[in-house]
Amino acid sequence: MRTIGLVAGAVFKESVRDRVPYSMVIFAVLLMAASYLISQLTAGQDLKLIKDLGLAALSVFGLLIAVFIGIGLVSKEVEKRSVYALLTKPVTRAEFIVGKYVGLVATLAANLAVMTAAFYAVLLYMNVTASATVHASWTAPALDPRLLIAVGLIFAELMLVTAIALFFSTFSSPLLSALLTLGLWVAGHFNTDLRNFENVLDVAPVAWMARGLYYVLPNLAPFNVKAEAVYGMPIAWSHVTYTALYAVVYISGLLVAAIAVFRRRDFK
Amino acid sequence: MAAAIETENLTKDFLVGFWRPRPYRALDGLTLRVEAGEVFGFLGPNGAGKSTAIKLLMQLLYPTSGSARILGRPAGDVMTRRRVGFLAENPYFYDSLTAEELLVYFAKLFGYRGADVATRVAAALDEVGLGAERRMRLRQFSKGMVQRVGLAQALLNGPEVVFLDEPMSGLDPFGRRQVREIMLRLRERGCTVFFSSHILSDAEALCSRVAVLAQGRLVASGRLSDILAFELKGWELVVANMPDDVRAELERRVRRVTPLADGRFTIDAAADADPARLIHELAGRGVKIVSLNPVRATLEEYFVQSVQAASPRQTGGL
Repeated sequence: MRTIGLVAGAVFKESVRDRVPYSMVIFAVLLMAASYLISQLTAGQDLKLIKDLGLAALSVFGLLIAVFIGIGLVSKEVEKRSVYALLTKPVTRAEFIVGKYVGLVATLAANLAVMTAAFYAVLLYMNVTASATVHASWTAPALDPRLLIAVGLIFAELMLVTAIALFFSTFSSPLLSALLTLGLWVAGHFNTDLRNFENVLDVAPVAWMARGLYYVLPNLAPFNVKAEAVYGMPIAWSHVTYTALYAVVYISGLLVAAIAVFRRRDFK
Repeated sequence: MAAAIETENLTKDFLVGFWRPRPYRALDGLTLRVEAGEVFGFLGPNGAGKSTAIKLLMQLLYPTSGSARILGRPAGDVMTRRRVGFLAENPYFYDSLTAEELLVYFAKLFGYRGADVATRVAAALDEVGLGAERRMRLRQFSKGMVQRVGLAQALLNGPEVVFLDEPMSGLDPFGRRQVREIMLRLRERGCTVFFSSHILSDAEALCSRVAVLAQGRLVASGRLSDILAFELKGWELVVANMPDDVRAELERRVRRVTPLADGRFTIDAAADADPARLIHELAGRGVKIVSLNPVRATLEEYFVQSVQAASPRQTGGL
């Protein structure tokens, strides 16, 4: 466990120094600029738009961080050969993979925490400056705690995407890993269509294949509760719990597969 | 007693070609035994299989067949790595970290805690001569400085066995001299040093034994003292104050007489010449004797002969 913690700590330190601050700055600037413009252009809908934009930006920037740092964690280490020094220390390859994963999840968590704080700062500003009439027109409070549930599920989704990126990066190049991960992310959001494929095409073998893919590919749609959070609709705790459990099981499977591939890998 | 390093028929094939991959034998049946405390030179031209062999010993590669043991344990044993140091060829480290941070990280991975970490890191950085630069990020380092950091991380745990893959690569003459001194200190401490190189003067200055690898195969190995004493090739005599008649006579008796500066000459005599008699004769005719040296086979000649004698590499290994 100590070794995993050390590897994770090094990943966190390197990621924070290297790339993550930039995405944070971009996110913050984007959010501030958008909220300013929106408050100038809209009447009554400004809060919903800011919530929508904020959650979407969290999701997109989080995805970019997960994919582009996730794929680099292993494949760039192998490409640049920094992996040689690490794997010749008393570190097993399984500890290396899990440590890298934990480090990136910690980086993601820190990044999301800062972005969420910036998001809430804007919402707080809206809350404080809005008149009583504007307050009355809002369907959900500005600092709605349901937004945190949405952020929590975005984090769970990004943890899963990170595990996918890590898995691909154990055996393919950074570019291919990025493309495969983004491809799976897109497929994951339209996964439910595969389940009901027989309604579209009534050919049994194709329908079975589509049903098979539905079970194998990650199903990312349940992680998206942004609409419910923005419009103040209820989010069932059972949905949150099952989705989180699904993430844990899928991530565990991906990490086991990544370790199995990495354990037998040659470093030329 | 178990050898420090032992390999038995160690073989590695790589698959080459995209459409129809074929095995390419990078290392072919390497059997070696390196005793504890030896400085062992692993020589060979570029592409001979030296780095492949070292990576197999460090389990960065898995063998196609054969086995390797370090300190009596199978190569790759995680606990044994606490007692082993490794420097890769042209090493690369996390360049956003400082040299000190990198070594602190590695020291903790070796299991050191508390004050031990700082002591170990400072000692290793001192040993390789990194001063104030230790607080600079590695991306600001020159190739030679990165090589020193690589060496420091290999020595961090006070290893019993050190593998150094081309340790002089990228170093200036001062750096090379420093690495040689470090290797000699390691030998004095009883550490086994296994280093690969194609710079023969380094091997000649440091090694007790060498092995020559060519085309993936071990083509020669032995004690350096045996190799260099293998064959007496002649005698080199330097003289001064040699009259012309003596020189003319000598030119008929020896292989060559070469004039040097300040009226001195080099006399190149055959191996079967009697140097004691020659000196006596020359001294009797007023010639001043400056020096006499036996001319022996050099490691370079041994290396070239061994490599040239190696048959072409096997391409279909499986």
